[in-house]
Amino acid sequence: MLSRTADSLFWFSRYIERAENTARLLEAAGRLSALPTHYAGSTNEWESALSATGALHQYYLTHEAATADDVVSFLAFDEGNPSSIKSCVQAARANARAVRTALTLETWEAINDTWLQLRRFDNRPLSRPLLNELIGFVKEASLQVDGSAYRTMLRTDNYFFMRLGTFIERADSTARILDVKYHVLLPAGERIGGGLDYIQWRSILRSVSALTSYHWVYRENVKPWLVADLLILRKEMPRSLSNCVANLVSFLDQIAVEYGQQGPAQRMARHIFARLDNARIEDVFQSGLHEFLTEFIADVNELGMTISKQYLL
Amino acid sequence: MAEAFDEMGLVGDTCREPYRTLKAWLDATPADLLQHRAAEAEALFRRIGITFAVYGDAQAQERVIPFDIVPRIIGAAEWKRLAAGLEQRVRVINMFLSDVYGKGEAVRAGIIPADIVYTNPAYRPEMAGFKVPHQIWTPISGIDIVRIDENDFYVLEDNVRTPSGVSYMVENREVMIRLFPDLISEYRVAPVDGYVDDLLDTLVSIAPPSAPGEPTVTVLTPGPFNSAYYEHSFLADKLGVELVEGRDLFVRDNIVYMRTTQGPQRVDVIYRRIDDDYLDPLVFRPDSALGVPGLMAAYRAGNVTLANAVGTGIADDKAVYTYMPDLVRFYLGEETILKNVDTWRCREPDALAYVLEHLDELVVKEVRGSGGYGMLVGPHADKATIATFAKKLAAHPDDFIAQPTLALSTCPTFVESGLAPRHVDLRPFVLSGADGIRVTPGGLTRVALKDGSLVVNSSQGGGTKDTWVVDS
Repeated sequence: MLSRTADSLFWFSRYIERAENTARLLEAAGRLSALPTHYAGSTNEWESALSATGALHQYYLTHEAATADDVVSFLAFDEGNPSSIKSCVQAARANARAVRTALTLETWEAINDTWLQLRRFDNRPLSRPLLNELIGFVKEASLQVDGSAYRTMLRTDNYFFMRLGTFIERADSTARILDVKYHVLLPAGERIGGGLDYIQWRSILRSVSALTSYHWVYRENVKPWLVADLLILRKEMPRSLSNCVANLVSFLDQIAVEYGQQGPAQRMARHIFARLDNARIEDVFQSGLHEFLTEFIADVNELGMTISKQYLL
Repeated sequence: MAEAFDEMGLVGDTCREPYRTLKAWLDATPADLLQHRAAEAEALFRRIGITFAVYGDAQAQERVIPFDIVPRIIGAAEWKRLAAGLEQRVRVINMFLSDVYGKGEAVRAGIIPADIVYTNPAYRPEMAGFKVPHQIWTPISGIDIVRIDENDFYVLEDNVRTPSGVSYMVENREVMIRLFPDLISEYRVAPVDGYVDDLLDTLVSIAPPSAPGEPTVTVLTPGPFNSAYYEHSFLADKLGVELVEGRDLFVRDNIVYMRTTQGPQRVDVIYRRIDDDYLDPLVFRPDSALGVPGLMAAYRAGNVTLANAVGTGIADDKAVYTYMPDLVRFYLGEETILKNVDTWRCREPDALAYVLEHLDELVVKEVRGSGGYGMLVGPHADKATIATFAKKLAAHPDDFIAQPTLALSTCPTFVESGLAPRHVDLRPFVLSGADGIRVTPGGLTRVALKDGSLVVNSSQGGGTKDTWVVDS
């Protein structure tokens, strides 16, 4: 398979995943900002959403304050923001188009339809109902791309490289969401009942669509260290760091089997996985949640570059 | 201009034989159903992503070529004659190319003037004396055919560089099968989807002798911003081969490789959709970022086949075109089956004088132009346009040929006001491999959607139709 094709497949699925993540962050911010301040706290949720997408600095280059309308249009449609939903969908579609032949018709139609339909939200101030509609639309689009690939693509390198893109992006995103809110997860913030932080914890879960899963796994009220445990270490949780890295290991292995050769990317993924696999959440808090997450983000970033060097150039 | 020949017989009561079933069907089908199907067809095309870009039109970066749902129908007997003519034409084009880059016999025999060939910018001196693998210069040809009466097909122009449009031929059929299954099965239409298999066989058959047992074929595209990118990806996909860009290829020791996730892989046959000028910056345009440095050296070393060969442009040059019937006679000793349209070579003083006198009735084309750009359609031009054109023509007569304004045949077409006759042409596709010539039954019918217009090019507001070859 052409290296360029693998590269485009990798980024195609990364951008779709990123579009969905941005949509979820908008959703979570929208819910929090709709609560009375004594529930949600005085933190600016819109600013948190910007941080979690990594676009905070860029936002303030062109904006004075993080107001709801400005952040929504920046995260949804700003073409100068590479993480905006519009930019991501465009980039995903451009990558898909460049490797049209490596996709099944179903997967191509899923991304092409998304791109065509996104225009109906474009270039107008988004009312709240319309914003919700957009969020729903993007989540559904991501499901369609993901599902069509899952159901129709041959289990060969094409598919594996797409999956690598998805899980690198997802691992990065979950880690960032946690890192932006790590302070409310620290044990000092613990309080029982409907306090400020409690709402925040629920919001974190919601932003990775894990609120229901949480209750199934722990069968108790939302506790910060369990939120961290769920999103970092629980392998059965599909967006947890552990699950994402397990998938990276697995798909890298499948590529290695197909090609009959292991390389630095495989070794590195196994190394990251082993650290997560051996960790307990108490240890993570002990050694510093923020430090742990920062290191993880750097590791995943480096793994991405290693994959790129090994296969995509 | 005479009344146009309508292929169904829309003018008057008679209906030509091949169209009988269609006419009955159209008469029985309410207009709003046709309207509905037309909208469905448009949605299908957009959804599959069959789009093309129009140069100089930033607004509509990706457009769908208008598709007309009324098929064009050709009877088996008519087709047989046409196909024989196409085969003859392509055979001669190949012989001509072997000749002009080889011994130059046609020039020496005085069949065609030397300067038209050797000073022509489309002539590639780099190719002189080079024997292309299996002596096949134009594995892929698209011959533009027009019809003006019941009996004759005329060649309007030959396209043997990188003829496009074949994806529309195949996809148009797919859409028709989805929208009109009943009508298609009533007719029993010769299939066109065999084209892709034929193309693969053709490309494999012309692999260089040094290629390993199972040659690796690729399609080389300038990239997603090219107007025909959809077609490039369509072909690679259906052929089951890699769609490569110049940057995916490199040459080492005169062998072409592509960069893959498993390291370099040798490439033996390149179906290139890049013009000669951009193929290799070391030989042609040094500023080309689309090509592959060293590709020509590998080609000359006989380690890779380019389809079509470099330098084929000399054969579809509009000045060379006028000599085609003579060339058929010279190489094959046969009369041409497909006629040429009468053509005045403006380089000849008598012809130029006539053309300047009659600009308001002629079509004048630039010898090097394509895609309908830079031509004058006399009867549709105003006085000022004609005057400006006359100056250009008088200053550079060598650059132009002129033809009578042909009353291109019309076919019933579904337009806003309902069914109406619109002018059409036809581009059948001809494949020539080491193992013979294959003509796909049908081709791409292009239709001028504007009432009275004769310009069918998609860049100028033309549309397409499915073309059915049916048993008579």
